[in-house]
Amino acid sequence: MTDETILQVKGLRTYFNTDDGVVKAVDGVDFSLRKGETLGIVGESGSGKSVTNLSIMNLIPNPPGKIMGGEVIYHDTDLLKLSDKGIRAIRGNKISMIFQDPMTSLNPFLRISNQMIETIVLHQKLSKSEARAKAIEMLVLAGIPAAEKRIDQYPHQFSGGMRQRVMIAMALSCDPEILIADEPTSALDVTIQAQILDLMKELTSRLGTAVIIITHSLGVVAGMCDTICVMYAGRIVERGSVDIIFEKPMHPYTRGLIKSVPRLDRKNGARLYSIQGQPPNVIDLPDCCPFFPRCEHAMDICKTKYPLVHDDGNEHRVACWLYGREGK
Amino acid sequence: MARFIVRRFLSLIPTLFIIITLSFIIIRVAPGGPFSSEKNIPEAIMNNILKKYHMDEPFLQQYLRYMGDVLHGDLGPSYRYVDHDVNFLISHALPVSMLLGTISMLVAVILGILVGIVSSLRQNSWVDYTAMSVAVIGISIPLFVIGPVIMWFFAMRLQWLPTSGWIDSRRGWVTIIMPVITLSFTYFAYIARLSRASILEVLRSDYIRTARAKGLKQSTVVVKHVLKGALLPVVSYLGPAFAGILTGSVVVEQVFLVPGVGRIFIQAALNRDYTLIMGEVIVYSLILVVLNFAVDIIYGFLDPRISYK
Repeated sequence: MTDETILQVKGLRTYFNTDDGVVKAVDGVDFSLRKGETLGIVGESGSGKSVTNLSIMNLIPNPPGKIMGGEVIYHDTDLLKLSDKGIRAIRGNKISMIFQDPMTSLNPFLRISNQMIETIVLHQKLSKSEARAKAIEMLVLAGIPAAEKRIDQYPHQFSGGMRQRVMIAMALSCDPEILIADEPTSALDVTIQAQILDLMKELTSRLGTAVIIITHSLGVVAGMCDTICVMYAGRIVERGSVDIIFEKPMHPYTRGLIKSVPRLDRKNGARLYSIQGQPPNVIDLPDCCPFFPRCEHAMDICKTKYPLVHDDGNEHRVACWLYGREGK
Repeated sequence: MARFIVRRFLSLIPTLFIIITLSFIIIRVAPGGPFSSEKNIPEAIMNNILKKYHMDEPFLQQYLRYMGDVLHGDLGPSYRYVDHDVNFLISHALPVSMLLGTISMLVAVILGILVGIVSSLRQNSWVDYTAMSVAVIGISIPLFVIGPVIMWFFAMRLQWLPTSGWIDSRRGWVTIIMPVITLSFTYFAYIARLSRASILEVLRSDYIRTARAKGLKQSTVVVKHVLKGALLPVVSYLGPAFAGILTGSVVVEQVFLVPGVGRIFIQAALNRDYTLIMGEVIVYSLILVVLNFAVDIIYGFLDPRISYK
């Protein structure tokens, strides 16, 4: 990991028009990613994690979704201002994605070879047979046994874990600078989860790929990431290095999340902590801290104004009125 | 796969056997007979006629005799067209109906899929709304209304096309236009709606998101990733569509005076021409079961997840 910043998201806002009103799925998200860094984005379902990352790739289905504002600076280019052709040259090449459900993310009607080779041929100056060799090489790296034979099979002939390995092999086949993994293990069972995470960790560190991993599992984040962003109701409420967040979480929401992880060293019979209440409806959210109805420390100001971001200097930022108005 | 094909093919035989037997019984049970509309035939002559066609024999014997003839490929003599047998009548009319049916089917499938693609990719645009409104009209209005209406419009109001008849050296192919429009309209409409709905569903699926995330062009995504999956429901609809085209052609041939098996069928039914009706039933059901068989096989080639055992 070096200090060179390769991706900067500034003030990203993505809204969805629905019959009930405008859903502000992502409402002013800022973060940056350094070369080779692994960034975890955690939050509940509906907090805007996936929409943030689909917006980076400009893959928001429009309508109903629309990127209303902000910038996504990859090196020196704003990806949101690129032409369709321009962004296509980035997708799958410089920035690639893997998705939550490997059972449905591969095209069931096409052979694995076909799906892998089309990506490689699209982005690299390789012939079909060279691309095939490259695809087999990636499958071997991803731990698919008998890859030369299995590459000509269809997705339904693979198990869930194997399909996620195929997805990883496919995503890394063009040697991307950034890999976005949207809940890569949520649909897999626990033993397979660990294998897939290990594989991602090993391959990305070997290839020097920066990773944005979206998850609602703090365990995944703790094991994989350098930096954590905690999202709530479309915004990042706390950001810091993994050590700081787990040692000194500042936002009441982050503290609640960490407290709700089941622990082996806790006494038998103790009830598992849970954050009371429900995530807010992000339609027509007033200017307030969206967490205040669930917060143990809610004050009057929380109900009327969204908190300013407090920076304690160690690149640990938190958006909460508990930490006063100093800082930025 | 080969075993599946053979087994599926063999299952056609009992299906056909049941269809033929049931039709044979139903036709004989219906009141009236091929000669009952003749006036005042002396009983002796009537007995001779019945004897000539073996209709004086017991029912079971008639049935066995008929099945024996059918197995030898002989559909028997027509009871009303004295000089022609059923094989001759059908073999002359069938090519006409096949041409009409095939062209109508092709028009319905090709236009239906094209309109489905355009509507789904331009969802909620005026193109989509127009196409789907036309499709609703096509699905809800029956053939016997569409036929006369377009005949009135194109042949009588605009006088662009001849009202009826069939391809001949004088008028050429123009006579086929209205029968094809009438016959294909409903199926075009249905296929357009079906493929639109199915493409929209596939467009929202995870694997299409993956294809986009790989940086593929929209046209590649649609042609390579969307269509194969999206057209499966259309392929399975082809079986019922063939059946509909066959029965529809009975009406259309009558409206536009097309000399095909459909017109013969209606005349045969009105005349109680037992053997001709039976011959038509056999030809129709043969076409239908064979096409359904073909659709099953095609389906297996299109969807790799289906394994035939």
